This record gives sequence, C-alpha cells and structure tokens, in this order.
Amino acid sequence: MPPAALCIHLCIGQAYAFSVFNKPMSQLIGITDHVPGDWSIPDLGWIFSLAIVCLGLSAAFLGRWVEAVGPRKAMFAAACLFCGGLIVAGGGVAIHNLPIVYLGYGVIGGCGLGIGYISPVSTLIKWFPDRPGLATGTAIMGFGGGALIGAPLAVTLIKDYSSATYVGVAPTMVTMGILYFIYMVVGALIVRVPAPGWKPAGYVIPTTPQKLVTTRNVLRNEAVKTPQFWLLWGVLFLNVTAGIGVLGQASLMIQEMFGVTVAAAAGFVGLLSIFNMLGRVFWASSSDYLGRKNTYFIFFALGAVLYALVPTFGHLQAIVLFVLAYGIILSMYGGGFATVPAYLRDLFGTAEVGAIHGVLLTAWAAAGVAGPVLVNYIREYQINHGVAKADAYSVTMYIMAVLLVVGFICNYLVTPVKEQFYATNLQEAAL
Amino acid sequence: MQTDTTPATGSNMVALVLAWIWVGIPLLWGLSITVRNAGALFAK
Repeated sequence: MPPAALCIHLCIGQAYAFSVFNKPMSQLIGITDHVPGDWSIPDLGWIFSLAIVCLGLSAAFLGRWVEAVGPRKAMFAAACLFCGGLIVAGGGVAIHNLPIVYLGYGVIGGCGLGIGYISPVSTLIKWFPDRPGLATGTAIMGFGGGALIGAPLAVTLIKDYSSATYVGVAPTMVTMGILYFIYMVVGALIVRVPAPGWKPAGYVIPTTPQKLVTTRNVLRNEAVKTPQFWLLWGVLFLNVTAGIGVLGQASLMIQEMFGVTVAAAAGFVGLLSIFNMLGRVFWASSSDYLGRKNTYFIFFALGAVLYALVPTFGHLQAIVLFVLAYGIILSMYGGGFATVPAYLRDLFGTAEVGAIHGVLLTAWAAAGVAGPVLVNYIREYQINHGVAKADAYSVTMYIMAVLLVVGFICNYLVTPVKEQFYATNLQEAAL
Repeated sequence: MQTDTTPATGSNMVALVLAWIWVGIPLLWGLSITVRNAGALFAK
C-alpha cells in the first residue's frame, strides 16, 4: 500500500514545482525575453492558485465518492484528471490560449490533485491501525517530494524541446502527462484494501479510552457541525498560510537577503522540499508517540519562535542558521499536512475519515490564496514605502509568527467530540 | 475493478520489492539533482 500511495503523491506533488514553468511560459513569444503579448507572471500565478482551490473543492465534494468506490478507482480517476489536465494545458500553451491552460492544469488537473490526495489516506489508516501517523505521513511524504522529481524533469524536458526559435513548454507538459499517467496507473493497479476486521499480527485494539482518541465514529455530515472540526480547519489554515506564502517566495527571498546566485537559490528551494518531505513522515510518525495535540503545540510554538528569529539571522548574514530555521519551519509545514488525517481519525473515528479529510482540505484551498497574497502584498507595500528589499521580509515574518500563535490557541481549544455527534449502531451498519 | 484485500506475503513480496524500486528510482534521481544544487548554496 505505501508504494501505491507514493506513486500517486509523488506525481501530483509536481504541483509544488509548477513555478518552474512560469518563466518559460512568460517568454513564449519573445523566446529569450518577455515582450508585449507574452503572458505576465501574475496571470500565470493564478494557474497554481486555481489548482489549489480546485484541489480543496474536489476533495471536499468528492470525499464520500472516494470512500464509496475505493482507492483503486479513485486513483485511476486522479491519474486521468491530473495527467489529462497537464495535456490540455500543454494544448493551451501550444495555441497560446491562457484560459485553456487555466482549465487544463487549474480546473481539470486541480480536481485530479484533490482526488489523488485523499485517495490513499483512509486505506492507509485502516492498514496501520497501530501507527496511523506513520501511515499517513508515508503517503503524504510523496506530495512534499513531488517537486524533487517534477522540477528537474520539467527543466530537463524544456531544455531538450527548446530551440533558438521555440520554447518547449507545450511538449514538456504533454510528455509529463504521459509519463505521470503510466506511473500513477501502476499505483492504482498495486493498491490493496484490508479485509474487514483486518489487524496487524499481535495488535490489540486499545480498550482503555484515551481522552482525544475515540473508538467510535462520527459521520462526515455530523463532523462538520462540531467545533472540533472548525478548530482543526483553523489549525490547518494557519499552519499552511504561514508556510505556503514563504515557499512561493523562497528563491527571491534568499537572493535579496543574502545576495546568493540563482543556482544557489534553487538549491535553497530544493533543500526546503527535502525538509518538507521528510518532515511529513518524521512529525506524523512522532505524533503516534507524542499525541496529535502535543505535536501541533510544537509546530506552533517552535514555528513562531523561528519566524521571529529569521529576520535577525538575515541581519547577521548567518546563512546556515537562516537555512536551518526555514528547513525546520518547512518540516513542520509538511508535518501539519501529514498529521492532520491521524488527528481527524483520533477525533472522528475511521469510518468516514477520508471524506472528513476532504472537507478539511478547503482550509488548504483558502490558505493557498491567502498565504501568497499576504506575503506579496506586505512586501510590495513596504518596498513602495521606501523599505530596502533585503529588509522587506521582516514584518511578514513577524506576522507569520502571530498567525502561528493564533493557531496554537485553536489547537489548545480542541476537546473530545460530544456524545450527540457519534453515529448510532444502525448508521454504522448502513455504511 | 476489484481491489485486492490481502496483505503482501510470500511470493507477493517480490511484487512489493519491485513496487518500491519503481517508486524509488525517480525519487533518488530527483534527490541527487537537488543535493547537487544545494551544494552551491554554501559554496562561497
């Protein structure tokens, strides 16, 4: 099951590397430079934002369908949509029609992202009832690592397809669509679901109830009525907002603060991807021992301290400390994604955890718009008011620290779900 | 499509190993390029 989940997530995680297309797509007419008639970077930025919004919406609305049809059909549907979206976007690039690119990668591909993201989660939790955090962390690790493959693959293909008179974005997207489809379909073919009642050898279902771990089930329609769901929505939204805005600005930020080369900045972005990926499996599996609530306390407390220290590291020109601080922050950003399905399972049970997780991902959609807007707007505002570019990130970092303090409070307020929301035996039997 | 309900055991382990190789090769390729790029960050 973990390799099947990774097949899907390593492909759809390509979304994090979509920015590598931005510069070549902004020079399709000018070839070596941006000329009038070429697409602008802000217009291209909407492709990623649209994809993240559609990811959240499709996960929310199709979560129950994914639970009903099982992971194999869901993974196959995700492969068709995500890869089909890439190919449609490639067609849009070929005829220089931006709305088709929005439709292809943003809408069709975004729906593939949403279905693909949630498709292995509940199955993994059922395979590993003793280590749900490790299970979901392993799967969602792939999404963080998708950029490690997607970025160099896109760069290599664009270089190979380009010539002195042509920018090879369209054939790159079509090629990636075909390669990813093959890779994802293998994942769909090898996936297995556990037989009803399956448990690992020697595993005994805990009989002593833990405060925040239920042995019963809350159905999706009831879960969204609980304050616990919306507190977790806030937890995810704030954790993602704090990370995603910086992730999109990482390359520019280190160049402006430390004066490093473009290649070195790309190395910084790559390192952040590794931390993002490893943080998913490290923090999620640690949460099996620390408890989900304590794990999020660490994310928010440590994250706020590190964000508050980053401007100081910048002023001191302490690049190693700066990279390390951001690495830890991004590990917790990834860890937040990977731990939340297990947190949901603890609070709401396993019956509809995939569908509930799908609705929760609307927080990601909202953060995918709020994070970059917040970071970009504050930076522009400061630069327009005479602040040096190297110093323009300080206020943003302090605001991120405050957001994480608010997240800490949301997490603190999470309590066990009230009796009235649990499914009756009759409802559970009907599932 | 029928989804299997059996854990990988015995001869299925070969398929499991092949699946990990299928997943691992592109990941290691991407990782090696990223680590090489990251070297430039501290090479001042």
